[in-house]
Amino acid sequence: MAAFGSFALLIALALAAYNLLAGAVALRLLSTGQPSAVSPERLADTARRAGIAGFVAISAAAFALIWSVFANDFSITYIMEHSNRALPGAYKFSALWSGQEGSLLLWAWLLGIYGFVLRLRHKTDVRLFAYAGTILAGIQVFFLMVLNFAAPPFALFNGPMPDDGNGLNPLLQYPEMVIHPPMLYLGYVGFSVPFAFALGALIMRYPGEKWIKITRVWTLVTWLFLTGGIFLGMHWAYAVLGWGGYWGWDPVENASFMPWLTGTAFLHSVMMQEKKGMMKSWNVWLIFSTFLLTLLGTLLTRAGLVSSVHAFAQSSIGSWFTAFMVIVLAICIFTYVLQRKHLKSDHQLESLVSRESSFLFNNLVLLTACFVILWGTLFPILSEFVQGNKVTVGAPFYNRVAVPIGLFLLFLTGVGPLLPWRATSLKSIKRNFVLPVIALWVTVFVCLAVGVTPWKAGVFDTGNFYALVAFALSAGVMTAILSEFLRGAGVIAKQTGRNLFVATWLLTRRNTRRYGGYIIHIGVVVIVIGLAGAAFNRSAESELGLHDKLNIGPYTLECTGFTQDSNLNYSTEYALLDVYKGGVKQFQMTPEKRVYQISGQPQTMVAIHSVPEWDLYVVYEGTNPDTNQPIIKAMLNPLVSWIWFGLVVMVLGTLIALVPSQKPAAQRGGNQ
Amino acid sequence: MKTALRVSFWIKTVQAAALAVAVCFSLGATDAGSRFNDLGHRLMCTCGCAQLLGECNHVGCTESGRERKELSAAIAGGESDKEILAMFSAKYGATVLAAPTTHGFDLVAWIAPFAVFGAALLGTILLVRRWVTSPAGKAQAARLANPATLDPETEALREKIRRETGSDGGF
Repeated sequence: MAAFGSFALLIALALAAYNLLAGAVALRLLSTGQPSAVSPERLADTARRAGIAGFVAISAAAFALIWSVFANDFSITYIMEHSNRALPGAYKFSALWSGQEGSLLLWAWLLGIYGFVLRLRHKTDVRLFAYAGTILAGIQVFFLMVLNFAAPPFALFNGPMPDDGNGLNPLLQYPEMVIHPPMLYLGYVGFSVPFAFALGALIMRYPGEKWIKITRVWTLVTWLFLTGGIFLGMHWAYAVLGWGGYWGWDPVENASFMPWLTGTAFLHSVMMQEKKGMMKSWNVWLIFSTFLLTLLGTLLTRAGLVSSVHAFAQSSIGSWFTAFMVIVLAICIFTYVLQRKHLKSDHQLESLVSRESSFLFNNLVLLTACFVILWGTLFPILSEFVQGNKVTVGAPFYNRVAVPIGLFLLFLTGVGPLLPWRATSLKSIKRNFVLPVIALWVTVFVCLAVGVTPWKAGVFDTGNFYALVAFALSAGVMTAILSEFLRGAGVIAKQTGRNLFVATWLLTRRNTRRYGGYIIHIGVVVIVIGLAGAAFNRSAESELGLHDKLNIGPYTLECTGFTQDSNLNYSTEYALLDVYKGGVKQFQMTPEKRVYQISGQPQTMVAIHSVPEWDLYVVYEGTNPDTNQPIIKAMLNPLVSWIWFGLVVMVLGTLIALVPSQKPAAQRGGNQ
Repeated sequence: MKTALRVSFWIKTVQAAALAVAVCFSLGATDAGSRFNDLGHRLMCTCGCAQLLGECNHVGCTESGRERKELSAAIAGGESDKEILAMFSAKYGATVLAAPTTHGFDLVAWIAPFAVFGAALLGTILLVRRWVTSPAGKAQAARLANPATLDPETEALREKIRRETGSDGGF
């Protein structure tokens, strides 16, 4: 199977190279109109078919690796290092992306899937899709070269075949880890497609904004995957790492967040291009930057440039990625300089206070946030270069710098949709803003009254202050969005005689993009409320003997036993904790500590009881060697479930935005 | 008389609100461990787990327990926050501090984000102002403001959007 996989990868490389070269020649012939022995259209079509065949070849290679994992073929180094016989089936599947070579193969495979779909849909616009397909082939050539020459997944183990493998990293043996990496990669890889369309449209001086409409759908789908991937990663960190948080500003987390920010900026500013023919250069560079940031993220993850908890993916392929990034950047700059006249704006802004300028400021804030994260991630390297010693840029830095920027962005989320296009009058500001402002100040007073004050023990507390601002802004933004819904639904209810709920549904169906966008904003607000809850986290830690108790918030945890268990994969110790509230037993929690048989690595399995107010989060920290008593840490993390619920709302909003709007009856009749 | 009463009512309402804010701001429980908690979140665990000292609880950590004891001892010994951070930095190296300091080259880490944001904000405002006040911008505004230059079909469509959604259309 190793030979089959290796040959499949070589064939895939040959096909991708043909796709790139034949496609480039065909498009050159088509654009110059030079006579040639072969019809350029036929040549372009063979290139497209080579791309489809390449997808089949990469799929065969991916199949070969998965087959080898399930067949326990430890003659393949990758399988030996990332699997073992006792590994459960689902985790054997996830071994595909648990290491360097496998995850690169997954990347190439996903790129192949995107390319396959794109090439099947080529009739939408044959010429533009040919450009995009050729550019995607260029990206695929790079990944297949890395897979064939720098990080081969089918490399054979040097020596006699071992009886068993080293097993999968215990951190990865968790259900989310079966979904999180592919989801994140679908997001990362997916940005190759809008990049290919943007570059292709620029090279061919594509007339009009149709390419933007095609690209928007791809970008939205990709953005959805990246959003899902990031949040699944957060949930994994929360449930597995056992420190009670979900975002640690780790360089790899940052690497996934940066393209999300630029992608989000693109999804907003692209509306300006569609509606007003503005910000054309800006949009092209946003999508170029997003693609480059996905490569940078991969470089940071794999080259070991910055220290990270994701150390399992480090290797020496950084130089390949650096070279590729330089080539891509050079191509982007060259194409832009050559074609920049094509990107002249049709209109200019008319007012500082308008919907257009709110998009501009929204972009500015998103890009500043991206810069802050990039700066914080790379500053340790810069510091070492300038002053000879590394420094840590951790959560305190980001909390002070990125959180205010995030709150400003939240403010713009509420303000932007309330501003009309072109210019705003004082009257319309008064009309649109009065309710959100009232909601904001009412929330401030309510928060202060219930003890959410910026002072803690007489000292100014940044966390509490940010929480207060976040709650107040969230109330204002939520009111602004809901009033937008109500205003539109009120008009439809009056016209159709339906109730407000039905009218809201009809309103959303008529402009799915606009109201889907608003629902995404509601999701963001819900998430911000959940994040703000972190300012009020509480924790308690104690050694617990039999029937000892630990109090946290309204809960009392009573230890009713400790037990052990084992299977072929791991042995486990866990505590049985009865949880009481108001003297009445509510439920039982069983936090665990596992030790994996093959690797001997320990791993916590946190017990979480989640309700809308808070999460009761219990960690079995191990035993005190002096007393042999188990140590239990309990945390009460307010509003965490709001974060996951906010994600669901965001996904729902994105799906609605992807559905085409329903045309009004009159227009439908006119089209028939 | 009625007006004077109304003014007095509003003054009292504002005073009550201000008092409520002042009272609420002054609330806050005294927490003996707050300094430990605060400093624990400004230091890193040195075992290589890349977690804050105050949050490191992974199984088998060889460093965080000792660091926590040192931190407790330093607080009990009456040392200031600055002295404690300097002591940790001298013992474990600069990477034990969870964020760059505010002197020397480290200060650049703090200034650059705000400088970039300020410059970008200022640049954007100036650019928009230039567009708005330029002859081309004025001509465009005049052209778009004059309904006679819009074709009837577009105008009818815009009116329909206004009527159906109560706003100026699109998002």
